[in-house]
Amino acid sequence: MIWNTSIECMDRESMRKLQGERLRNVVEHVYHNCAPYRERMQQAGVKPSDIQSIDDIVKLPFSSKQDLRDYYPWGLLSVPQSEIVKIHASSGTTGKPIVMAYTRNDVANWAEAGTRCLAAYGLGKDDVIQVSYGYGLFTGGLGAHDASMNLGATTIPMSAGNTEKQLLMMRDLGATGLACTPSYALYLAEALEKSGIPRNEIKLKVGIFGAEPWTEEMRKEIEYRLGIKAYDIYGLTEISGPGVGFECECQNGTHLNEDLFFPEIVDPKTGEVLPEGTEGELVFTTLSKEGMPMIRFRTHDLTHLIYEKCSCGRTLVRMGRILGRTDDMLIIRGVNVFPSQVEAVLCTLEEVEPHFFITVDRVNNTDTFDIEVEVKEKYYSDVMSEMELLRKKIAHAIHSVVGIQPNIKPVAPNTIERSQGKAKRVNDKRKFK
Amino acid sequence: MVVKQLSVYLENKPNTLNKMLQVLTEHGINMTAFCVADSVDYGIVRFCVGRPELAYSILRENGYTVRLTDVVCIEVPHESGGLHKAIRIISESDINIDYMYAFADGGSAKVVIRCNSTERLIEIAQANHLELVKI
Ligand SMILES: [Zn+2]
Repeated sequence: MIWNTSIECMDRESMRKLQGERLRNVVEHVYHNCAPYRERMQQAGVKPSDIQSIDDIVKLPFSSKQDLRDYYPWGLLSVPQSEIVKIHASSGTTGKPIVMAYTRNDVANWAEAGTRCLAAYGLGKDDVIQVSYGYGLFTGGLGAHDASMNLGATTIPMSAGNTEKQLLMMRDLGATGLACTPSYALYLAEALEKSGIPRNEIKLKVGIFGAEPWTEEMRKEIEYRLGIKAYDIYGLTEISGPGVGFECECQNGTHLNEDLFFPEIVDPKTGEVLPEGTEGELVFTTLSKEGMPMIRFRTHDLTHLIYEKCSCGRTLVRMGRILGRTDDMLIIRGVNVFPSQVEAVLCTLEEVEPHFFITVDRVNNTDTFDIEVEVKEKYYSDVMSEMELLRKKIAHAIHSVVGIQPNIKPVAPNTIERSQGKAKRVNDKRKFK
Repeated sequence: MVVKQLSVYLENKPNTLNKMLQVLTEHGINMTAFCVADSVDYGIVRFCVGRPELAYSILRENGYTVRLTDVVCIEVPHESGGLHKAIRIISESDINIDYMYAFADGGSAKVVIRCNSTERLIEIAQANHLELVKI
């Protein structure tokens, strides 16, 4: 179902007009209310009056995660703190966390964006949505929660963890939708298989999965093991959280809520806007945010945009699959390696679980590329030569896709940590300068 | 005379073998035959105990990847040529040995054999008067 037809099916010309108006407003807003933005615009020689249409966005300077760290916690606030009604923060992987502040309108717009996603997945007020993203500073839990409430669905605020209770609630309350990270969905699928609860006692039909990149193969695996339809929900804390984009029933790209979050694709090196359809780094400008608007925020996500009208009827621009992140791409022995490629290969091999952990190091001036892989119980052999054959088979499959030979370390099922948030899949021990 | 052997898969990290043995000790399980096959990254510990099913479930409960494997145990005279005779008989048959390991028990020596056909091995052993034993 289309939640907001007038926006989601708006013709391109009207959309660009709307975006232009909103951009003018937000630029005016940050220029007068946020010193770092004002200074940066002055340095670039841009005044708010230079922004007349959405095409003028290229005149504006970029912002980045680093800015949010540098101005932690309130430096990029563009309203008085008394207008802020809630805070979220991303887990600081390096040093300080990133804090996001929301006004009442920001929360409402975010919920609107999220509701469009849930409606697109076929969910409505008759549904029971189990939100198993972590609740707290992480945007996943409360973001999905507000969207589900706004939709009018019966919302179960499960948060992550406590597997037994997850399954109990899922069965007893007849949850039809499950919102969590795809890796947690796989974890719950395993737990459900072990629990002995018959599938017909579970009403689950739709998965709302996001917060980490996943592959088509992983989707198939989740759909097969849970017997549901799995949809991607896209979002990032800096822009608001889950709900920035969603897949429709065509699952032919991720529709972006571009009336709220304006996307551009730029060359990751030069920052130049790339021609339509070209692969590059995704950049977002929040068009309606008041608390902490982000102007031309560099996401590091590599993807492309599709502007043709979708068969679902929506005109909202679509984003292709995220190929990786400019900052999680590994260069091993000179070859670009994306962890998502490794995952995609593992999902095609019957003998292993799609859980893995990559360790990269440099020994005697040569990069090492070790991958711990969980081999399914029944494929263990106590004959060493058979185990060696299996290792070679896995290494060969990865080599053929990635382009370099990994060293496979088979580990027992369930030994690789299952994350309940973003999965950490790489440890790069190399020290570059 | 099939013997159930346990094979436990261990990562090559400090103390993993010690921890696994600790679990068995805590449950009063005594190992008779024992052998470790290892590579750089992992090891397979193979052993026989009096109550293999019990040891199997204890190890599983403790999170180990463990398999029960059918093997054959043959007793050979603990003297020069004792083992050789048994191996010669098996080698001359059509059996492929995956692995084997031997241990001495008082006056006799025993050899544990894992092969492609346990039944065939038992037939051959019986026909050639090799002594099959339980552990
Ligand atoms: Zn569509």
